[in-house]
Amino acid sequence: MTGRAGVRTTVGAVIRVRLPGLVDAYTGGAREVELPAAQSPTVADALAALDARYPGLRFRLVDEQGAIRPHVKLFVDANLVRDLGATLRRGGELMIVGALSGG
Amino acid sequence: MATRSKPAGAARKTLLLVATRKGLWTLTGDGPRRSWALAGPHFLGNVVHHAVLDPRDGKTLLAAARTGHLGPTIFRSLDRGRTWKEAVQPPAFREGSGRTVEHTFWLTPGHPSEPGAWFAGTSPQGLFRSTDGGATWTGVAGFNEHPQRKAWCGGDQDGTPDGPKLHSIIVDPRDPAHLYMSMSSGGTFESTTAGADWRPLNGGVKADFLPDPDPEYGHDPHCVRLHPAMPDRLFQQNHCGLFRLDRPAERWTDIGGAMPKSVGAIGFPLVVHPRDPDTLWIFPMDGTKVWPRVAPAGRPAVYRSVNAGRTWQRQATGLPPAQAWWTVKRQAMTVDEGATVGVYFGTTSGEVWGSRDEGRTWKCLARHLPHIYALEAT
Repeated sequence: MTGRAGVRTTVGAVIRVRLPGLVDAYTGGAREVELPAAQSPTVADALAALDARYPGLRFRLVDEQGAIRPHVKLFVDANLVRDLGATLRRGGELMIVGALSGG
Repeated sequence: MATRSKPAGAARKTLLLVATRKGLWTLTGDGPRRSWALAGPHFLGNVVHHAVLDPRDGKTLLAAARTGHLGPTIFRSLDRGRTWKEAVQPPAFREGSGRTVEHTFWLTPGHPSEPGAWFAGTSPQGLFRSTDGGATWTGVAGFNEHPQRKAWCGGDQDGTPDGPKLHSIIVDPRDPAHLYMSMSSGGTFESTTAGADWRPLNGGVKADFLPDPDPEYGHDPHCVRLHPAMPDRLFQQNHCGLFRLDRPAERWTDIGGAMPKSVGAIGFPLVVHPRDPDTLWIFPMDGTKVWPRVAPAGRPAVYRSVNAGRTWQRQATGLPPAQAWWTVKRQAMTVDEGATVGVYFGTTSGEVWGSRDEGRTWKCLARHLPHIYALEAT
């Protein structure tokens, strides 16, 4: 089947995304969502699916050259990733964290 | 060009949009502009670099924002700020260009004959246009992809401490294809082709920080204003002083020489009288030695010229007489269109000051706000 973001998915396969409060304006306060998982899902796939559900969110997290923004950190199953091509495990977890210090 | 003037005693309220490092507030003045009500915040925690109401419809309001974490976007209101939506496609450089918009810095409504048209200037220097009231933005290729762009701008690491900026986007009220814009750094540029091509317009402007003190480009204009009643007249507050250009002349005239030596001619903002082309206001700051960028000697003052910069008068009645070490950013000074013009500025220490008598006396209208980046009167 084809998921909302046009990604090939398997029925029942999902990726769990944990969301920080700083994106509440998009998510309505949801802290965790499940997205349909592609056959070999990547972080890019997950963010595309997330953007399909919450339009505009991806650009706030990833710049126009495909780089994760400087104070956004992404963890896949608790491991920090810096590349949108990083793979996700079906049934795995993507955690989005806002990391910033200063006044 | 016809200009509007608010009749004396009119009941029309004055709205000030106060864009700060931590959100957007509004200050609404009663008819006589004696009493002011503060409301907000909108977008608490967002860095709001500029918020502008569309003078063509009186209700479309755009705010350029980002947070410390999240990338830059534009928020839009179609009802003067009661409700907001985010731009569907905020300003962003072409994929593959290697450039990234760090923040949108400046917003300018388009020509009255082009409803829905807006321009945005970004950091690092980029020029963007919307034709749908700010919902979607596309790069102005005539500048962003210009073969000379990199030479004009320098590297993305050059420029002001929080990033080089494209600002002071000006649309000639007589001709929508005639544009000016300025960059810190880069200088002032002109297009007569609606942005399809650009050329430097910096003759006579000092650039004493460069090896060649009179280069074609590479200057640091802080704020450039066109006079709405005399659209051939431009004023410029620059890193190196004050200048005026009366087109079709190509060389700017230094108008900072008559400023007191103890105050100097350096500052960020400059605003013009809405009807009198000879009257303008500036807010000088200390640009000596290590550039403290505070009010000179801790004694803030506005300076006004009523003769296009030949002479200047200090206007400080009501402002702190000493030990006030704030300054005013380039978008944080504005005027209304009252019969007696109201002049306003917001400070880096979060105060809004206003004068309802063209700068003769000042009153603090709000305090305890975050660092103010921009102030616009409507």
